[in-house]
Amino acid sequence: MAKPFLMIHIRPGKCDYCGCCVGVCPEDAIELQESKIAIIEERCTNCRKCVWACPWEVIEFHREGVQNLPKEISALDDFQFAHSLK
Amino acid sequence: MKQDYDVIVVGAGPAGSTAARYAASAGASVLMLEKDRDVGYPVRCGEAVSHEGVIQFIQPDPKWIASTVTKFRLVAPNGKSVVPRLDGTGYVLERRIFDYELAKLAAAEGTEVVTKAYVYDLLKDDNGAAVGVKALIKDVKVEIRCKVVVAADGVESRVGKWAGIDTTCHIRDMESCAQMTISGIDVEQDVLDFYFGDDVSPGGYLWVFPKGKNTANVGLGLSVEEAKKKSAIKFLQEFVEKKFPRAAVLTHIAGGVPCAKTCSRIVANNVILVGDAAHQVNPVSGGGIISGMIGGMIGGQVAAEAISKRQLSHLVEYEKKWNKRLGWRHDVFYNIKEAIAGFSDDTLNSICDSALKLPEEKRTLGGIFRVALWNKPSMMLEVAKVFVS
Repeated sequence: MAKPFLMIHIRPGKCDYCGCCVGVCPEDAIELQESKIAIIEERCTNCRKCVWACPWEVIEFHREGVQNLPKEISALDDFQFAHSLK
Repeated sequence: MKQDYDVIVVGAGPAGSTAARYAASAGASVLMLEKDRDVGYPVRCGEAVSHEGVIQFIQPDPKWIASTVTKFRLVAPNGKSVVPRLDGTGYVLERRIFDYELAKLAAAEGTEVVTKAYVYDLLKDDNGAAVGVKALIKDVKVEIRCKVVVAADGVESRVGKWAGIDTTCHIRDMESCAQMTISGIDVEQDVLDFYFGDDVSPGGYLWVFPKGKNTANVGLGLSVEEAKKKSAIKFLQEFVEKKFPRAAVLTHIAGGVPCAKTCSRIVANNVILVGDAAHQVNPVSGGGIISGMIGGMIGGQVAAEAISKRQLSHLVEYEKKWNKRLGWRHDVFYNIKEAIAGFSDDTLNSICDSALKLPEEKRTLGGIFRVALWNKPSMMLEVAKVFVS
């Protein structure tokens, strides 16, 4: 399914790694380690349940997609991490 | 660490350690993998348990008891409060020590424990049954084989999904939680405080539990449906600023609690789910320490039996035993939760007023509950089920 990737984004550094978002994700699309978290882009359907569930408000929904994300919140390491496990 | 075990337990919280302990004591070789660096840390919990609950597993020890409590105080939205009479006592734990002790009990039975060990997939045979796990242990990928996988991987559980069980918690039932340990405050050491109402925690409650002199565990949980409008951390910050403006914040943490019925299946393809991963949480209180340990105990015992019988189909006994012991109660509590969640602030205030009119000796939790029933007769049927079964 074609969709603009990275519409859901987790702010690295602000996340508390509590797993509340993983518990509500219907697509098994969030990879969570001790202090690493990433959305598995192919599985994410942008349903936004994780955005609502986050007690810390660190998950963001960007209508514009990836191009317009501020630089400070790109987290390439974590995305590479999610991919390295496949 | 070996290449092959009877049982691999994923997650070293209370449910995982208890499963490992009982499986190992029944003769199984057990490996327990914890994704974090430490067992018992970070603590994402209100930390309260009853004496009766905890002594089923471990003798109370001052080193993990922060406070001993004998009273509840229920604070209505208008600030009036009622203190029901309670028979038993309870404890506010130091979970970071308590969890350690439970892991030690598992280790004493022969369980091997590895931390910083993140399980990212299951190894499966041609029929899709689990025959081990894939893990990242201190950043090295390893494959470890086993006969039974115990998924004790908490609210963020994914192991069950990999085994074909839908463990996703509906957002209506997931409690989005924020918690702090605060110090430098005045707090009664023998009372558990619960605050209700739309201003503090709509549809849920806010707790203030004593944790030793001048210190408390303060937190709240609210349904994700409510958290959509205003997040848990905002509610908590507002409460603490208002109530304890000069508090020192020693910990500040997020969490999630699946206040749902037990997952519709907790056994599949050589995998069993225990604790928060199985949604073994009292849906009314959100308490899951003791119920998760009970799930872990039954799960560990049944896993060891299945292995010694060389008959993994025996694992289904775990689901039956859990449902008979606590699962059915949680179903009933869930229906009660649904009824309570609909209470308006006015209803809560009037319940408190009515409870305060009760004579002291009738001011028990049951007495207050009866008062609540007058406000919500539809709850009667659900409550009746609890007592007739």
